[in-house]
Amino acid sequence: MKEPILSIRDLVVKFNLRGQILTAIRGASLDLYQGETLAIVGESGAGKSVLTKTWNGMLDPNGWVESGSIMFESEDLAKFTTEDQWLTVRGKKIAMVFQDPMTALNPLKTVGKQIQETLELHQDISGEAAKERTIGILSQVGISEPEMRYSQYPHEFSGGMRQRVVIAITVACNPRILICDEPTTALDVTIQAQILELIRELQAELGTTLVYITHDLGVVANVADRVAVMYAGEIIEYGTVEEIFYDPRHPYTWALLSSLPQLGIKGEPLYSIKGTPPNLFNEIEGDAFAPRNPHALKIDFVKQPPFFQVSPTHFAKTWLLDPRAPKVEPPPIVQAMQSKYKEYAI
Amino acid sequence: MRDENKDVLIEFNNVRVQFKGKGKKPFVAVKDVSFQIYKGETFGLVGETGSGKTTIGRAIVRINQTATGDILFKGRKINGVISKELDREVTRKIQMIFQDPMASLNERSKVDYIVSEGLYNINGFTDEEDRKRRVEKALLEVGLLPEFASRFPHEFSGGQRQRIGIARALIMEPEFVIADEPISSLDVSIRAQILNLLSDLQKTKGLTYLFISHDLSVVRFIADRVAVIHKGQIVELAETEKLFNSPLHPYTRALLSAIPVPDPRIEKKKQILVYDPSCHDYSVDKPMWIEIDKDHFVLGNKAEIEQYREMLENPVAMHNTYAML
Repeated sequence: MKEPILSIRDLVVKFNLRGQILTAIRGASLDLYQGETLAIVGESGAGKSVLTKTWNGMLDPNGWVESGSIMFESEDLAKFTTEDQWLTVRGKKIAMVFQDPMTALNPLKTVGKQIQETLELHQDISGEAAKERTIGILSQVGISEPEMRYSQYPHEFSGGMRQRVVIAITVACNPRILICDEPTTALDVTIQAQILELIRELQAELGTTLVYITHDLGVVANVADRVAVMYAGEIIEYGTVEEIFYDPRHPYTWALLSSLPQLGIKGEPLYSIKGTPPNLFNEIEGDAFAPRNPHALKIDFVKQPPFFQVSPTHFAKTWLLDPRAPKVEPPPIVQAMQSKYKEYAI
Repeated sequence: MRDENKDVLIEFNNVRVQFKGKGKKPFVAVKDVSFQIYKGETFGLVGETGSGKTTIGRAIVRINQTATGDILFKGRKINGVISKELDREVTRKIQMIFQDPMASLNERSKVDYIVSEGLYNINGFTDEEDRKRRVEKALLEVGLLPEFASRFPHEFSGGQRQRIGIARALIMEPEFVIADEPISSLDVSIRAQILNLLSDLQKTKGLTYLFISHDLSVVRFIADRVAVIHKGQIVELAETEKLFNSPLHPYTRALLSAIPVPDPRIEKKKQILVYDPSCHDYSVDKPMWIEIDKDHFVLGNKAEIEQYREMLENPVAMHNTYAML
């Protein structure tokens, strides 16, 4: 097994909202390996974005890391307190691409200046040399006529082109880890395909480690080597992309796959997850998914399940994997995926 | 072109919608579009940003005026100048569901008013009791509790707000509902609920839907027939499975190839086709809207239609990842 580039252990993140304490991350552990693409999936509010924001000090001011560690280059990021410390990591080593390219750019500065700024801030070049590098980066992210584009403003770019600019800014410093938070949600499908391809090419060229945050399981299937599924502030299952799609073990992952219209059967109702995610202001007892889980066991309401190992790379946090648990068949759509996988094998 | 067995509910005949553009030249958002929507079906309209799909929906409810052409509702023309009675009927029988339930509900009104606003507009109730009863019925139909009527929109989640948006359409007892990206801004798990609700309502009330979306995978699940629109022109129209299994127009094929499929084996080795509009040479040979196969329409000139026919005869030549699903 490769050495992890970043390792999170038992991370707990809390927020103070008007005096009430919300636990957004409830003890997450995760390893990120050099050069891989990891996708983090889950519903809104599951903690996907918060988890990655703790890696570069971008938590909102009312949030803090309560306990746990985030080891990166033999430093514990969870112990960082000052902005000076974060500046050694943020942008330079761990960079982020945001969802909406319309709001991520400064409308009053030319696109070239915005990229150049990053270079001058993080790398020791300025003036003509920086401009030259900027133009080089613009053409690297597939923007034609980079010299002309250098002195244009964001409003002169289309959505897809703007996202290319945002990517240009983030790759300018050749970060070790690039976090893409819903990078294509605001874009059209044909543009989305181009942006995903661009990110893939840059990764191959620069050897960046990629983390995708997305709720689109189609995108996950396209880009990911490994997948981590989050629910209510916890990682509840992780494994290689094939393990998660063709052999998921956690009932929440089952539910997520079953509710996809792409996999649904026309004319029949789609599977929908009953109820709502738990209120994270409250202490959660047992398995957080239990109240919505049709396969919940008695123990799910009392005791949190540990991670059970399915394969050397595949782990799931559900009591169903305990040897004493009754055997539960996954829902039909998941079974169909399993048998499809067997067909591929032949 | 007309199928004798099916009742046509909405018909577009060479409809053009244009807006004032820069300078003197108007911007044509919808270019001479013709299609029919049958009673009781779900008609999917798919296109990218700026393709004109929303404009078509808005033209039906008379928000956007048409420049030329006719829009017929049950055989009667409803665009341009129409009588007051017909306007009233159209207002009632054609309803819309919007994309963003966070933006489409008045934050300052109670659910009770939001849901019954349409009734107020057309004096659609006899007395206060009747109105309350209708609101209650509409809320129950979309899976909400009647007591929610006294609450404000901000007290609800995205999925519940979309249900309020649907209740507001249902209270008018419509025959035709235009759903403009009704699930795009919702969470994955909520999407399934809203899709199920829409198809239940269709079954119980015999509704006809125009389902506008950029997401072909959702359209495949819900629509009976699909039209693909590109830059104001419908380039292909067919029964859903036919369109997915034998897409002919290069734009449809590019669009289909670009959709991510939740299956890693397919996704990792698929080839994405890129649509280049300059592949059409329409300088001499002008494109026509042709029924190439039963209920399968495509836009193309003579040479292209010839080519499409060959493609239909040799399905092996078709490369389409969706057919594998």
